[in-house]
Amino acid sequence: MSDALLAITLVWGFIFLYAIMASMDFGAGFWAMTYIKKEETNATKIANSYLSPTWEVTNTFVVGLVIAIYSLFPGAVFPIGVALIVPASLILVLLCIRSAFLVFSHSVDKYEKALTYISGLTGLIIPGLLISVLPITHLGFVEGVRGNEELNLSKLFTSPNEYAFVGFGIMSTLFLSSLLLSDYSKQADEMKAYKIYRRDAMITGPLMLVMALLVMLTLRNEANWIYQGMMKNSALLFISLIFFIISGIALYLPYFSKQEVKGMPRLAVIAIIIQYLIGSYVYGIAHLPYIIYPNVTILSGFTDPTSFRAVFATYIVGFAILVPGFYYFWSIFMKDQRRKFKRRQMSN
Amino acid sequence: MDHIQMARAMFGTNMAVHIIFATIGVGLPMMMLAAELMYQRTKDLQYVVMAKRWTKTLGVLLGVGIPTGTIAGVQLSLLWPGFMEVIGRVMALPFQIEIYAFMVEALFMSIYVYAAEKIRPWARIVSLFFVAFGALASAVLISNVHAFEGTPAGFRFENGEIVDVDPWAAFFNPSFLVTAGHTALTAYTTGAFVVASVAAYKMLKNKYGTAEFNFHQKALRLSIVLGLVFSFLTALNGHATTQHLYREQPEKLAAAEGLFETQDHAGLTLFGYTDREAQEVKYGIEFPWLLSFLSGNSFDTVVTGLNDFPEEYWPPLYVHILFNAMVMIGSGLIALALFALVWNKWLKKETYPKWILWLFVASGPLSVISIECGWIFACTGRQPWTIYRMLTTEDSVTSYENLGFLFTMFIIVYIILCVSVVFTLLYYFKRHSVMDDIYKAEQKGVRLFDSNS
Repeated sequence: MSDALLAITLVWGFIFLYAIMASMDFGAGFWAMTYIKKEETNATKIANSYLSPTWEVTNTFVVGLVIAIYSLFPGAVFPIGVALIVPASLILVLLCIRSAFLVFSHSVDKYEKALTYISGLTGLIIPGLLISVLPITHLGFVEGVRGNEELNLSKLFTSPNEYAFVGFGIMSTLFLSSLLLSDYSKQADEMKAYKIYRRDAMITGPLMLVMALLVMLTLRNEANWIYQGMMKNSALLFISLIFFIISGIALYLPYFSKQEVKGMPRLAVIAIIIQYLIGSYVYGIAHLPYIIYPNVTILSGFTDPTSFRAVFATYIVGFAILVPGFYYFWSIFMKDQRRKFKRRQMSN
Repeated sequence: MDHIQMARAMFGTNMAVHIIFATIGVGLPMMMLAAELMYQRTKDLQYVVMAKRWTKTLGVLLGVGIPTGTIAGVQLSLLWPGFMEVIGRVMALPFQIEIYAFMVEALFMSIYVYAAEKIRPWARIVSLFFVAFGALASAVLISNVHAFEGTPAGFRFENGEIVDVDPWAAFFNPSFLVTAGHTALTAYTTGAFVVASVAAYKMLKNKYGTAEFNFHQKALRLSIVLGLVFSFLTALNGHATTQHLYREQPEKLAAAEGLFETQDHAGLTLFGYTDREAQEVKYGIEFPWLLSFLSGNSFDTVVTGLNDFPEEYWPPLYVHILFNAMVMIGSGLIALALFALVWNKWLKKETYPKWILWLFVASGPLSVISIECGWIFACTGRQPWTIYRMLTTEDSVTSYENLGFLFTMFIIVYIILCVSVVFTLLYYFKRHSVMDDIYKAEQKGVRLFDSNS
């Protein structure tokens, strides 16, 4: 594998990871808002308790992702920076307000309601904006010569493909988060919340799939080059569909240790993550060699080889230190949350 | 405003807000660590309460510090893509490592807060140490990028292309240590005086001799000692930093001092403002020969004046005022802390007179103002360059021109954040008084830390 290919794989891996983490985070915010009136189900509490500890990591991940792009592909910074200045600024503003109120609401109970609405609304808008980055990179609307590029916003906003992606992003967020929350509430033995989130996953899952099909249809018309590339791997796309079906079945399966509830959410979560992994691999491979079509390729944007080696080395060292640390903390945290919920149930 | 100025104002506003929270975010963990160590030495539970309350404060301040930091990190590429292209090729390492430093901080902070009462004292101190270490490392690494902008190393331009890249040479650029050291020391100084400020205010609001008064007096004493140490070290380091300017960015030094003619036995001018037409500092107080001595340790040292540089390379002349404000506040803080220490230790006074307390109340905001002046001086003093003599600000800025709307939007967000962070702190600490916390600490088995801070 060439260095540039290795680097773009790393970046795409980060984007995938962030997409999964952020979908769960943003979606949890939306669900917390949706069920704020149904206090007896604890659905809001479950969603909020999932939200709190993850924001710092997801927030930092945004910066980490941006840093990964400009340190590995500095040649792409100028066109990307210009193309994304409006959507990225909007994302930053919303993200900033959301994170700040998440923190403040721990100290000021009056904020809790305001927070729920802020994180609920931003939970839908931010993913829609975030996923717009993809059509911007493949539709070819970044126009102008080098050093003077500009994003043609009117073309972007009249493109059906852009809207298909926005819809796909929002539906994926809702689907992934409801699936994860169903697993999470089952772990915490919150059966009422579990039933709600299982139902939500069953509704949003098929909707997400419809959106994915719309994305493919509009891609065929508007960015045929990437559509053709993806179709070369149609076998993989088919396999990803199978994983979607597996996850659907898993939600209907009986749960063996408890008779009265149905579904194996953990299995569904894993199957869906595999589905997304395959899907994003197919899209990513088809996107190559372009970072921004047709201005920037991975080779034209790639960094200096000496810098690449130094940066790559820090990734290896950094991850070797951090991954075990975070795993340890995550396990403490999950145990703590489960204990808290159990305690609350006992006192009820 | 043209669009370069707009971009500078936009990024500058972000920095101006971010550094308040970032600086205190580096300074407070040091104070928390000091309080925990004092507890181990004295076994006085009030120090644990102190550490706990500062931890809570830090948690709330991070609610602005992290989002504004996120904005800064992303906005760099949005507003200055030309600059980040060079940074990406040459100076990516500090940004990379900074992410890990931040993660280390966040991780150990969570361990410290979640598990504080379940782990042994040494483990608590170790985790706090890593919190402070992570915060300090982030500051040092980011300041290193700033150092690189002033004294670039590890690459050169050939026909517009970057060649001979050596990322580690760029990392260890000539002013890395002094610049990063300056950020670190001033952050610790600010941390100490911000704490002193609050403690002194609370002492003024409580009657002498009450438990609450004594609690705050302990906090004040601790911050006076640390504030003195770090402000003094800052002065020593500031001297070294200025000598670096003399060697590496002489026009910045000349603008800071309002020196137009190259000369030996150059004088140092305090106060006043620089008059471009008259080529002198008006209404200032001049100390003859001092600038030459400070720059090169001898009165014969020749200091280059602005006239030896083409005028388009001149930094804006108002930096003289910023530089002065920074130095004067810094010196004032040393004097204040020294006086208070002498008053307490050698004159054996039980407590401090009111006017000293009021001065301490002012010391926190003043140290923040000093930090702001320092940063504005450091960054505007480098103009018209983003990377000194390598890359101009004009070549760094985005080609997107309609920044006005985005700028307004960000300003509104900063206002919302700053107002709500103050409200949050007041609201929380009104409902969680010192006495409650001390009482809780004295009961065995009551959780002192909230699990969700």
